[in-house]
Amino acid sequence: MAFDKMELRDVEVWDGNMAASQAMRQAQIDVVAAYPITPSTPVVENYAGFLANNYVEGEFVMVESEHAAMSGCIGAAAAGGRVATATSSQGFALMVETLYQASGMRLPIVLNVVNRALAAPLNVNGDHSDMYLGRDSGWIQFDAYCPQDVYDLNLIAFKVSEDHDVRLPAMVHQDGFMTSHTAQGVSTLDDDTAYGFVGEYKPMNDMLDFDHPVTHGVQTEEDWHFEHKARQHNDLMTKVFPKIQSAFDEFEKLTGRKYNMVESYDMDDADVAVVCMGTSVETAREVATEMRSKGVKAGVVGLRVVRPFPFMEVAEALKGAKAIAALDRSSPNGAPGMLFNELAGAMYNLETRPMISGYVYGLGGRDLTKVHLTDLYNELQANVDAGKILTPLQQFIGVRGPKLSFL
Amino acid sequence: MANKGWDEFEIGAMLRSFDGKAADVIAETHQEDRNYSASNSFTASVADWRILKPVFNKDFCIDCQFCWVYCPDMSIISRDKKMVGVDMDHCKGCGICVEVCPTNPKSLLMFDEHVDEETEIAQWPAKDEEKK
Ligand code: SF4
Ligand code: SF4
Repeated sequence: MAFDKMELRDVEVWDGNMAASQAMRQAQIDVVAAYPITPSTPVVENYAGFLANNYVEGEFVMVESEHAAMSGCIGAAAAGGRVATATSSQGFALMVETLYQASGMRLPIVLNVVNRALAAPLNVNGDHSDMYLGRDSGWIQFDAYCPQDVYDLNLIAFKVSEDHDVRLPAMVHQDGFMTSHTAQGVSTLDDDTAYGFVGEYKPMNDMLDFDHPVTHGVQTEEDWHFEHKARQHNDLMTKVFPKIQSAFDEFEKLTGRKYNMVESYDMDDADVAVVCMGTSVETAREVATEMRSKGVKAGVVGLRVVRPFPFMEVAEALKGAKAIAALDRSSPNGAPGMLFNELAGAMYNLETRPMISGYVYGLGGRDLTKVHLTDLYNELQANVDAGKILTPLQQFIGVRGPKLSFL
Repeated sequence: MANKGWDEFEIGAMLRSFDGKAADVIAETHQEDRNYSASNSFTASVADWRILKPVFNKDFCIDCQFCWVYCPDMSIISRDKKMVGVDMDHCKGCGICVEVCPTNPKSLLMFDEHVDEETEIAQWPAKDEEKK
């Protein structure tokens, strides 16, 4: 049974969820196993609609939990299918056990993570707690700032993840509600062009090759476990960056839209820089421009790839800055914050070691406003003027009550 | 396999069961003669897991192949659809074969691992009376 092509306008008004669904449709996925959870539900809901209306040939597996959703995806991927799904927050947390199976078994699966806070207290709004929870799971993690990015990065994620040298699953992150439910103009590719970019899926060692049967997810104990993990880590740290770069390059040639592993904005001569992810990157860019008009040399560094952490590019982008703010949108729960730690790790050995201060913001959907960022840039500039850090190591932006800061 | 370096093995926490193609091999070659790969667990015995072992009494067997179908470890040896016995290297002593054996008395029974088979076969239970 042949499926129908969808006629898209050059620019469609899509929210982040629809952008993800459309990219999944264009990649012609074989299997989606999914369980609904706010705010990512529409990703798979839209996809189910495409399937019902004959725009894709595939299987939609309705399961009883996110754990089963990812388990189903793993089985389908091991059997040789192109597979994707979506989740958020608690559902992501429930998936975590299986995320390690997927990456350890080197199965290319694309997971759309619509970022949302982790309970308790219960909260359906966005922050990066789930993104941070997945950061050691062996998945590649892309970060989208807007629906356009979601669409583009999904297509790129399939390409990188399924590359035979890589064969690692990939997540595409977007901010819950701010991206997932905010419709914007999204430049599209027609179905053939998009599929041509992603390419036909060529499975490796699929379990349904009866001539060459394999056992998947074997037990290794101390004999081989370390080698598998070392290999996986090494592939993440050495093979994935060049593949991402070439996928970005190819995508730019095709669409004119340029992506970088680290998105620098006005960083060439910046004294003060904000490093952040998701929708806050766009806000920070706007504020940086305003600060420039007031004579503050402000810049922004946005992370496009969270895992593997592009430590070289990060250090390169920030090496000229004098004071840096690491913005973590997750409750660090007992540490200075992931981004703060990793920036510090990437920059400690630089000859010009900039001052780094940590800020926690936006938990549970709390807004990060231009006023907050203006204050923040002013604090950074004060540090630069004084030649030392005047602020606490860690501060909380926009939290009510007594000032909570660390050190 | 044993001496490979960390970056030499096939990636994916997966093992190949056979060297070369498998379809014909499985269809036409007995278990013990197949071209297992070095990573196949065929050479690994699990006999020491057993506390009880299945004993086969061919006098009552009707060759229904239930035990062969249900054994989770492919440890029932069957030739030309005739039950032959148990592969004691790979039988883990779970007792499923005994559970599914439909004859009366059963043609497979579990005994202590250390018993002498001939003794037990000599004392095989009589047919159970059908309960009304
Ligand atoms: S005891 Fe279990 S493992 Fe052994 S032959 Fe019977 S069913 Fe197979
Ligand atoms: S289940 Fe019992 S009767 Fe059937 S083949 Fe096996 S031993 Fe024989």
